[in-house]
Amino acid sequence: MTTTAQGATTTQVYRVYIKATPEAIWDAITKPEWTARYGYTGYVDYDLRPGGAYKVRPTPEFRAGSEARGNPLPDVIIEGEVLEADPPRKLVTTFRMLMDPGLAGEPVTRITHEIVPGANGVCALTLTHELDGAHKLAAIVGGAYEAHGAGGGHAWVLSDLKTLLETGSAFTG
Amino acid sequence: MFKALADPTRRLLLDRLFERDGRTLGELVAELEMTRFGVMKHLRLLEAAGLVVTRRSGREKLHYLNPVPIRLLHDRWIHKYAERPVSALVDLKRRLERGT
Repeated sequence: MTTTAQGATTTQVYRVYIKATPEAIWDAITKPEWTARYGYTGYVDYDLRPGGAYKVRPTPEFRAGSEARGNPLPDVIIEGEVLEADPPRKLVTTFRMLMDPGLAGEPVTRITHEIVPGANGVCALTLTHELDGAHKLAAIVGGAYEAHGAGGGHAWVLSDLKTLLETGSAFTG
Repeated sequence: MFKALADPTRRLLLDRLFERDGRTLGELVAELEMTRFGVMKHLRLLEAAGLVVTRRSGREKLHYLNPVPIRLLHDRWIHKYAERPVSALVDLKRRLERGT
């Protein structure tokens, strides 16, 4: 099922085409030195095998900014479990946002990243986020709270990732 | 992408997917005064433009609105001109408050 009884969407799908190798895109998703440079700028920590842990920790800048707005962050802001890791093609993890108790209390969600090489050195990166029952998280990753300072969600992150890989610097950098 | 957005039926399809995506072709056809073939043709064009992404779920092919191409346009053009001055003001405020 992709919809709830109320008809609210619970799966979101995003695709971006990036002129980069599958390995470069894989690294940009799974290595902290890359993830600190685009989107929400956290440090990822993946144990890339089934059952391995997945954690995201905030950068010092992100932590300081959040604290200045009266919202101190926990040491780990996202946690999950690696379900499948097939470098550089497919990564499936569970995903739980811990930034506030309301979000941490929602059901665990699932994110799939798929990288498919195409013509002319361009790859398609598809992110599928299964969000059953996680309505607050769905609104945040869907970009609904961007005007309130919550960032533009997955579309914003992927746009920034593409810019970083293709030009060497990100909008948020 | 602009060609894909230039047609009112295709914009209507995107509006429908914005309200609730993950819909089948059948569901989309039921809401439009158009043949199945016509809707398929428009969906193919939207998919080719990257604005719609399909995903298999069992026997069904579900259609999702992909906001990334529009986001890229926003980040490239609007962000560049509208948000840089805002962040410059924020930096200025910080510097003034620090007294440096």
